[in-house]
Amino acid sequence: MNDWDRFVFSFFNSDVIEQYLPSIVDGFFLTCLLAIQIVVAGIALGLVLALIRSLKFTPVDLLIVLYADLLRALPPLVLIILFYFALPSVGISMSGFTVVWLTLTLVLGAFAEEIFRAGIVSIDKGQWQAARSTGLTHIQTLISVVLPQAIRITVPPLTNRTIAITKNTALGSVVGVGEILNQATTAQSFSGNASPLMLGAAAYLLLFIPVVVFGRWIETRFAWKRQ
Amino acid sequence: MTNPYLLDVRGLHKSFGHTEVLAGIDFQVAERELVFVIGPSGSGKSTLLRCCNLLEEPTSGTVTVDGVDLTAPGVDINKMRQRIGMVFQSFNLYPHMTASGNVTLALRKVLKQGRAEAAETALAALERVGMADKAEAFPNELSGGQQQRVAIARALALEPKIMLFDEPTSALDPELVGSVLKVMQDMRESGMTMVVVSHEMQFARAAADRVTFIDGGLIVEEGPPEQMFSNPTFPRTREFLARVAHA
Repeated sequence: MNDWDRFVFSFFNSDVIEQYLPSIVDGFFLTCLLAIQIVVAGIALGLVLALIRSLKFTPVDLLIVLYADLLRALPPLVLIILFYFALPSVGISMSGFTVVWLTLTLVLGAFAEEIFRAGIVSIDKGQWQAARSTGLTHIQTLISVVLPQAIRITVPPLTNRTIAITKNTALGSVVGVGEILNQATTAQSFSGNASPLMLGAAAYLLLFIPVVVFGRWIETRFAWKRQ
Repeated sequence: MTNPYLLDVRGLHKSFGHTEVLAGIDFQVAERELVFVIGPSGSGKSTLLRCCNLLEEPTSGTVTVDGVDLTAPGVDINKMRQRIGMVFQSFNLYPHMTASGNVTLALRKVLKQGRAEAAETALAALERVGMADKAEAFPNELSGGQQQRVAIARALALEPKIMLFDEPTSALDPELVGSVLKVMQDMRESGMTMVVVSHEMQFARAAADRVTFIDGGLIVEEGPPEQMFSNPTFPRTREFLARVAHA
């Protein structure tokens, strides 16, 4: 057996691939499900918090800032381990899936809040004044005039951040969630062969390349409209 | 007793931090009057205008519009602002909406008009400023003068009792100023009450009922344009007018 054959045997072994493909496919769909739930909930959370913060109600603002700073500073893995292993001792027990979903939603929410807020703040004061001078309320102005413009500005940073955080679903392998990486490493242990990891990598590419392309498409589309 | 003035500002003070911008302004505008407010930059003219619809909260004093004291507690300021149109130096059109969308927004959200009714009202308002043919254009497709006319239509559509103009032509190329002044002249002829902060002295001379000169947060003097421009009482007014004339 020469080097090339050894390489193919270890990393692209067709027998192993055939045997473990179903479990990687399972992991792929579970990761998709988890990612979609994180993105939807995280961005919604961030938007709601940014809207609340724009009302400039000081005590609530401080709480949101504290939340956003903490969640942006802590590594998600630390939070996942805390939620999964520490919370049951105070009577709160969640499945690994729920813990990963909750953690990454909170983290994405924190980043999204800051991104949306930066977008809202960057809109010219004249837009507020014009809308308010016609009798629109603060909330109406925010929703009809400021947000549509702010969201356009926030699309590129938000897309990048969303992709970065969604990739952290791989951390689910630490708490027994059967997502792609977990399926791949488990299969690797059983088979004593690295081919399942290659399958896992392929699954990640399959999942995230469309997201990256979609993000770029959204960016160019909004950039064109803004001119 | 009913207030004879449509706009009645009494004892208006406004400070930003330790800087006093308005130092006790008494300013009245009767119905159908066109009042020009002039003064050096930083004299408080724009702040006075913004206090008239409470975009700036007065530090003290009262602002009464159409018999309602805007500074009184419990006043529905959003409702009052429908009666007070405002036009800004930088137009402030909503860039993500068409001209028609800019005008219909408040009609729909504030006056609760239906889609079709609002579109009709908007078209009529755009017609008044000669912009009906650009109803579906976005602001970035319009010249400055056209944008400002759409901004005027946006305010007019709500059928305000009084219109406030904050340097409406200062951001325009000289050749575009005329179209905006023409619209203002038409509004004046239709009997709109107007307060105009502007340096368009020729327009003031031709159209204003009264010119008010503000300096250092106080009204220095006011009078009919002929008197103010040819024979002002105070040296400060004279100096300012001389400087503007030579600019």
